[in-house]
Amino acid sequence: MARTSKTTRATAAPIPVPAKTPVTLVVNGVERKIDVAPWTTLLDALRDHLDLTGTKKGCDHGQCGACTVLLDGRRINSCLTLAVMKDGAHVTTIEGLAKNGALHPLQQAFIEHDAFQCGYCTPGQICSAAGLIAEGKARTDDEIRELMSGNLCRCGAYPNIVAAIRQAMGAMGGRS
Amino acid sequence: MINFEYARAKDVADAVRQMAAGPGAKFIAGGTNLIDLMKGDVERPARLIDISRLPLKSVEETATGGLRIGALVPNADLAYHPLIEQRYPVLSSAILAGASQQLRNMASTGGNLLQRTRCHYFYDVATPCNKREPGSGCSAIDGHNRMHAILGTSEACIATHPSDMCVALAVLEAQVHVNGPAGERAIPFAEFHRLPGDTPQRDTNLQADEIVTAVELPAQGFAANYTYLKIRDRLSYAFALVSVAVGLQLDGDRIKEARFALGGVAHKPWRDPAAEAELRGQIPDAARFKRAADTLLRDAKGFEHNAFKIELARRAIVRALSQAARGTPQSQSDKKIR
Repeated sequence: MARTSKTTRATAAPIPVPAKTPVTLVVNGVERKIDVAPWTTLLDALRDHLDLTGTKKGCDHGQCGACTVLLDGRRINSCLTLAVMKDGAHVTTIEGLAKNGALHPLQQAFIEHDAFQCGYCTPGQICSAAGLIAEGKARTDDEIRELMSGNLCRCGAYPNIVAAIRQAMGAMGGRS
Repeated sequence: MINFEYARAKDVADAVRQMAAGPGAKFIAGGTNLIDLMKGDVERPARLIDISRLPLKSVEETATGGLRIGALVPNADLAYHPLIEQRYPVLSSAILAGASQQLRNMASTGGNLLQRTRCHYFYDVATPCNKREPGSGCSAIDGHNRMHAILGTSEACIATHPSDMCVALAVLEAQVHVNGPAGERAIPFAEFHRLPGDTPQRDTNLQADEIVTAVELPAQGFAANYTYLKIRDRLSYAFALVSVAVGLQLDGDRIKEARFALGGVAHKPWRDPAAEAELRGQIPDAARFKRAADTLLRDAKGFEHNAFKIELARRAIVRALSQAARGTPQSQSDKKIR
């Protein structure tokens, strides 16, 4: 964004570009080694360094949830995390949910309930729902809605998303 | 995002040492606010000191019957911690009223205290903002100020502190433990955040070379009579227009001790000892709650788009005190306000 002279601030001397840092991530069960600059977000590392483009960049500010992945089993916004900070972590993306050729119960439920239209928010919705089921705090539809509020769907598929999560939660016995 | 250097701190002493080593450094833990601000060019650190691996992740009982919460305990873990749910449910409720579960999984206890305002002009580097750029002016005073403060404002800044958790910590009279080159000290919660005055660039009384290590809760948790009532523009995942945290201690049918704090209305969680004193020894009653609200709001000042907050705050205070007195706290999933 262009900045007016009025608000241009004195800044420290330019930082020389540091050498890239080696980072090891266990992504969908596979150890991956990458070299990243300190300012590379986990989202950009997944998409641009590991070619795992299932995780989407929506707002890039933690407001939409499209970039949701599971980090050491917990759902997070990968756009607000630096890859260098997560050296050694286990990351599960949408690409890692299906097992042995069978869709994850959430993926199957999203199809059965038509829980998307354009599909852009869907990987984040499904990873977020997997985190929600693992947390075990949502029992009612109200609780599902509240604990899924970090995932926006501009197509408005919310009723079907709640129905899909409710079905998967039942099928999985509350476990991810 | 600008280029920056990155280093991990080995322990608290190392973190303090690295911070003192040169200007332009910032600590990073959860990163949910800092990285966002860096993407917007609002924060431009030359170095990030990663404190996320420091051993500050436990919740421990203190000798005085309270709890010591490590600065790196994630917000979600704190909200669902059995001892917080049992003894300090107003804190659990306030945390769950804020952000999203993804953000709560990332955000740290210390970082929640230190998050910056969400004033649109603070985020928009093309506009003047005294908090971002001291002396450049305040765009909010005559701008879009629906979200802004009605209490404790100055001509330099009308921003609000955005935290829900901190509103509960104000009611609980927590202490913030910090460490710096001069050693350790504890800051009473009421003195941790500042009013803008003519230095709105300073949100807190934490010194630039200090690190938050823990938040300590005293024994009194108001577990029987509490609420956290948050009013916002959408039902979830939005910052408060007005929020009210309440802790009451009842003795028979009378109020023995009353504490209530407001969020979304000032540069810090807003408590008023005079308003609380009016409730002590009294029988809970809506008319009396309204008088206490009037006292707290006596100096409230609205701007073009947020004057409605004064009456909203008055009604929210009465409703929240009533919920706490009845022992029927606001649910954070069923959004009906009763």
